[in-house]
Amino acid sequence: MHPAFSVIFLTTLIGTGQGLFLALFTGQLYSLAQLVPLQDSETFYAHGSALALAFLIAGLIASFFHLGRPERAWRSATKWRTSWLAREVIVLPAAMGLIALYGAAHYLSFTKPLFTISGVLPVDLTLLIGLAATGATFALFVCTGMIYASIRFIREWATPLTIFNFTFMGGASGVVLATLFAQIEAPEFVNLFGFWAIILTIAALVTRSISLWRNAHGTPKSTVQSAIGVRHPKIVQTATGAMGGSFNTKEFRSGSSAKRICQAKWSFMALVFFAPLALLGLALTSASPFIAWLLVALAFGTQLAGLLIERWTFFADATHPQNLYYQSM
Amino acid sequence: MTQLALVIDLNTCVGCSACVTSCKEWNTSGEAGPMTDMMPYGEDPTGTFFNRVQTFEVGTYPNTQTVHFPKSCLHCEEPPCVPVCPTGASYKREEDGIVLVDYDKCIGCKYCSWACPYGAREIDEKQKVMKKCTLCVDRIYDQTLPEPERKPACVLACPADARIFGDVHDPQSEVSVLIREQGGYALMPEWGTKPANHYLPRRKMEMHIHADELERADNPLSKEDLKIDDKDITSVDGFGGW
Repeated sequence: MHPAFSVIFLTTLIGTGQGLFLALFTGQLYSLAQLVPLQDSETFYAHGSALALAFLIAGLIASFFHLGRPERAWRSATKWRTSWLAREVIVLPAAMGLIALYGAAHYLSFTKPLFTISGVLPVDLTLLIGLAATGATFALFVCTGMIYASIRFIREWATPLTIFNFTFMGGASGVVLATLFAQIEAPEFVNLFGFWAIILTIAALVTRSISLWRNAHGTPKSTVQSAIGVRHPKIVQTATGAMGGSFNTKEFRSGSSAKRICQAKWSFMALVFFAPLALLGLALTSASPFIAWLLVALAFGTQLAGLLIERWTFFADATHPQNLYYQSM
Repeated sequence: MTQLALVIDLNTCVGCSACVTSCKEWNTSGEAGPMTDMMPYGEDPTGTFFNRVQTFEVGTYPNTQTVHFPKSCLHCEEPPCVPVCPTGASYKREEDGIVLVDYDKCIGCKYCSWACPYGAREIDEKQKVMKKCTLCVDRIYDQTLPEPERKPACVLACPADARIFGDVHDPQSEVSVLIREQGGYALMPEWGTKPANHYLPRRKMEMHIHADELERADNPLSKEDLKIDDKDITSVDGFGGW
């Protein structure tokens, strides 16, 4: 498939925003369980939510560049009963709204307990909004993944691994950003977030490696024989029905050589997984907070750059059966 | 229920592309148009087509067959392109099973084209909306046209009669009989999309000449055992005796 930069930026940026919010809310839960000291609502949660929101807004803006008719984008929420794309169109603003509310509730310090569960668990407004936003954030990961996983004849995408990859990779980059943010705003959270960043990066490494292995093995269901219905082992296309190119010869091909795609695979494996893991490990054991901050900043930058390459490869590596009709160029 | 469709006979298609040009001509100036061409006289021309004729060579020389393969939207009975559309611009008509795009609702996200395994949808680079074969829906119901002309433009243009139009749900229709009796098949049946358009396979045509065809076994003269010495007889037209 042709890797469109609009969709590459959309999926990576919202993933980071979602991961950052999940880290913030996890931090609040840890504080609630009194495992980590309580943080200042305004500087930590409100600013953190604003940062997460900034990533989601940037992703949303990028998505408009994918549309031929962006002025009609409002229509794209109507068929949510059948289309995962429509569901994403609904869930993305919903998650953004809830994260904005979450930040606002913290900013306005709505942290007075509304009621207490079993006399030990105080529930305030931020916790309730945070729970709803967490639900929306996970729903958004599922919607984004299912947009690709639901196209059953693109073999490389049609697997539950797609959803796990989006969730773990988005989550990892967001939690790395949360670690970076905590180094400035809430040093008590650095080890917690750093730990989760490593866990999520390893989880993403596992699922992405399995999907790379899966895509390299197995055979496509459709062949040129089933495409034109002629039973003969040797069929060569001599004309595609277009003198020059057409939409079909551009949209469904990466335009890059197999060698380039292979290089991209190794690049993102290093940039998304191995380099950030090493940098995070060094940062968490570093004695100097400044060096630790630099290392995490480097880890975040490397991972985000790597994720852009990963998403490019996700598209470039996907083969569409319509290419069976457009073989000779 | 009605399901309009085309049956394409690969045995008679000669690959002349008359269906391609007539399709473009009718639809670019009709309701589905314009079907924009970009840089038509440039080095790298491209444009929107609803129908293309492709060519495949089957086998190894000298045992090769050239298969001309016209491809347009198959108007699937389970169209994978329809449920994925976020706006409802892509839809399948209840009354006749034609899959259409509402150009006023399409946002040009191309998701439907990803969801079509056949590559039947093409984006119009000028209008920025997705376009596809309409089965000439603005022709086939046009009461101002004489009845025999209420057919898709490609069907009317085909000089080899390789394209047949009709209702594949009516068991007695011409298309249903052809599919049933001439081995009509669907493309990529493995995806369960149930394409309404069917293709008739290449058939090896062999001529069998029996002795009685040469000797004219039913010759009434030999039946009645008449021995005629045709040297001396005047033929019916009167010239034989000259």
